[in-house]
Amino acid sequence: MRYLPKSKADRQAMLKNIGARSIDDLFAPIPAEYRLQADLDIPRQMAESEIVDWFRHRSRENGDGYTSFLGAGAYYHYRPVIIDSLISRGEFLTAYTPYQAEVSQGTLQSIFEFQTMVSELTGMEVANASMYDGSTASTEAVMMAARLTGRRSAVVARSLHPEYREVLNTYAGQQALILITVGFGENGRLDLKQLEKSITPETGCVLIQSPNFFGTIEDIAAIAEITHTHGALLVVAISEAVALGIVEPPRQADIVAMEAQSFGVPLGFGGPYCGVIATREQFVRQMPGRLVGQTIDKSGKRGFVLTLATREQHIRREKATSNICTNQALVALMANIFMTVYGKVGLRELAKQNLAKTAYAAAQFGRHAPVLFSVAPRFNEFVVQTQEDPYVINSRLLGHKIVGGLPLRKFFPELGNAALWCCTEITTRSAIDTAVGMLAESEAGEPAAEAEEVAR
Amino acid sequence: MKHMTRKATRHISQNEGLIFEKSSSGKAAWKLPPLDVPEVDTAKLLGSSERKDLGNMPEVSEIEIIRHFTRLSTWNYAIDLGMYPLGSCTMKYNPRVNEVVTRLDGLANGHPYQPEKISQGALRILKTLSECLIEITGMDAITLQPAAGAQGELTGLLLVRGYLQSKGNPREKILIPDSAHGTNPATAATVGYAVENLKSNDRGMVDVAALASQMNEDVAALMLTNPNTLGIFEQEIHRIAEILHAKGGLLYMDGANMNALVGKARPGDFGVDLMHLNLHKTFSTPHGGGGPGSGPVAVKQMLEPFLPKPVVITKADGTLGFDYNRPLSVGRVRAFYGNFGMFTRALAYILANGPDGLRQTTEDAVLNANYIRKGLEGVYDLPYSTPSMHEVVFSDKIQAKKGVRTMDLAKRLIDYGFHPYTTAFPLIVPGALMIEPTESEPKEELDLFIEAMRSIAEEVEEDPQMVLNAPHNTRVSRLDEVAAARKPVLRWKPTSS
Repeated sequence: MRYLPKSKADRQAMLKNIGARSIDDLFAPIPAEYRLQADLDIPRQMAESEIVDWFRHRSRENGDGYTSFLGAGAYYHYRPVIIDSLISRGEFLTAYTPYQAEVSQGTLQSIFEFQTMVSELTGMEVANASMYDGSTASTEAVMMAARLTGRRSAVVARSLHPEYREVLNTYAGQQALILITVGFGENGRLDLKQLEKSITPETGCVLIQSPNFFGTIEDIAAIAEITHTHGALLVVAISEAVALGIVEPPRQADIVAMEAQSFGVPLGFGGPYCGVIATREQFVRQMPGRLVGQTIDKSGKRGFVLTLATREQHIRREKATSNICTNQALVALMANIFMTVYGKVGLRELAKQNLAKTAYAAAQFGRHAPVLFSVAPRFNEFVVQTQEDPYVINSRLLGHKIVGGLPLRKFFPELGNAALWCCTEITTRSAIDTAVGMLAESEAGEPAAEAEEVAR
Repeated sequence: MKHMTRKATRHISQNEGLIFEKSSSGKAAWKLPPLDVPEVDTAKLLGSSERKDLGNMPEVSEIEIIRHFTRLSTWNYAIDLGMYPLGSCTMKYNPRVNEVVTRLDGLANGHPYQPEKISQGALRILKTLSECLIEITGMDAITLQPAAGAQGELTGLLLVRGYLQSKGNPREKILIPDSAHGTNPATAATVGYAVENLKSNDRGMVDVAALASQMNEDVAALMLTNPNTLGIFEQEIHRIAEILHAKGGLLYMDGANMNALVGKARPGDFGVDLMHLNLHKTFSTPHGGGGPGSGPVAVKQMLEPFLPKPVVITKADGTLGFDYNRPLSVGRVRAFYGNFGMFTRALAYILANGPDGLRQTTEDAVLNANYIRKGLEGVYDLPYSTPSMHEVVFSDKIQAKKGVRTMDLAKRLIDYGFHPYTTAFPLIVPGALMIEPTESEPKEELDLFIEAMRSIAEEVEEDPQMVLNAPHNTRVSRLDEVAAARKPVLRWKPTSS
């Protein structure tokens, strides 16, 4: 086996040194009846060329070469090539959690920079070293708010990513956390009247997303005011991080739970992504996840260490703030490099291009079908309501190697034939025009003659 | 220094400040293509939601970024540089073909919501990896959704609760041995179970008599790591399973140490009802400085209906798809389908090994640990003489007489060119040195490690103060962690520079 660095003679010499007759001696602690006698029934050992070939086939079967209008919590942005050059360095790729600070300063300093940039962009005072993803970060943020307030209930926007809501439901059910859902109004924004009515003295936090699942930017100031009047904390989830380049961050929030996938992390069929929690300094001791802090060494030199570990499971065990152990260091490094490449000016210009493409697309689609929630500002997603089933429209688009918007019926049956479309800086005008043209045909009642199989 | 190390030599490394300290207005590392749609008036579109200022974000050029991160990288130790014997972390070689296949266009750019018709490649990968892991663990079904080991544990306990609830009583307690990883009790608490400690016996294994007396109808499950964190196989595993099952409890296995078993024994055969795997340990996906992980949970048939949704199914037309219609499912633990990029890597690893390679891998991992044990026995205190599997745990009892503790020995090991072992864990061994070499170490590297550890033991006798002041050869030494925690500085600010 080509990964194993021993000759037969090495193994024999080592066994002899140990005083074992054969390798079987070393497995004697396993009761004989449980020791496998036969080979595992898995594919045979393959050559590297065969492995690459096998995965190339899988890649070709997986939408390679399609133009996509999908967003909905996973965004296709250009990834500067230096991201992969740098994260491929073995010293980043093949290191572990920086427990031994003296030989981990590279990872530690880069996380410190990540924490700094996330704090700057979210308008918060501190950020952690990253977490699994946006869905679990949002859930952890709600549990954090419950610890901070001692209140066991949370108000959750229906316009929060539906899968984030599902994850929150799973955790809340085990923690006796009560969740109350608040809907959205005609403008796609959180229904403030309903919010006002839903908050009780037991409400620990209000969890919203902005831009929300429909791409609509929420009125954070108004929501914060209602929330804080009742002594609850405001948790804002962000699933499209590029929005932070042009959209005012939720400065009035108490906790921000972000998905940083948009910052240079491949779509990768849904993961690994990069969740992160940012908050106010006063709340940091209830924050889950790892934190890197600046300090000095014995000769007074600046250096970085993992800090405030007394919150964490390996010290506190069942009394820890969370059971989380790993962060997403390598993915956070991608986001870190992305933020560094675009920086103060580029991130704004990048976000502006997203805004422009989306404004153009929404206007073009709007000529043929209603674009919902258009009175409120949006970032790079919009909802188109068609007469025809969006799955049927998408099947037709698929024939032209275009993946249309996400049909919303699965998550929001009340929206009927609505679909969520996304444009980023990568989306071309010609792709938009093609998609609009095909949608226009069907909405005008002249769909292609042949009834195609509908792709779900 | 009296003892010269054969493994490493001091060498210049570049200084580098924080990226913010290199920033100046007008530098850029980006260039966008010309806009092919009309420009927009951002103030008109966004109104009061428009952001005007991005704060202290950096402005730097591409070469500066390359140098910045390359310089930082050289301050890290890594598997690619040498042995990284962190016990319980399984720091094995991360094959490069794994990285290549994960970056193939259709897989790297696949959107989680693209139609199933054009997702057959990803679905095939999910299915093939699932089948392999089910076979390796001897279980009946699996979910790949959990994002890491700790989330696998959480998913596992949700399954336990879902199943027991369906039998009428979710029960109240989880039994956890005192040698367990901290995530075990933290997870039980997150899920709302009470934690009851289970003592180890003098051989470092579960005290079966104590288990029998503590087991009752309030206990939902025992969370057991096997081999345990002492690197010892629980030889009475079948008896343990019987005791649990007789009272209607479930046996959960923490698969952190599966590198000792793959291809040699299957938890499903010795009474385990459910377990998680750590793809970033056993199956070679890179640790990347602390993540991403991936923590699939494999289960016996009776737990299958409760798995998180969606699950992959073969449809009537032979194509693959996701099934969301799972009324008994515990729900979702993560958005989308889990850390897919770790699945491609783990599967590439399994395919590169095949059944014979996986077995040889496990044998070499156990051989390496025992070789180290033999080389250091007598020099360091071995608190449990029970045979070791893939890792060995010593204590600092001998060196502590000179005032040198496990962390000090670890710091000195850095000077010898090694990453330290895991210090002060498991908790049942005061001053533990937990050493897991994995199969990736050649005999020469193991010999250098043994030589280094023996040399350090001599240094402790001759000049303990020198060891207490280690490391001597690193860029920074003995960072002040107390100050860091007392007055946390968690971000750069222009004034603090």
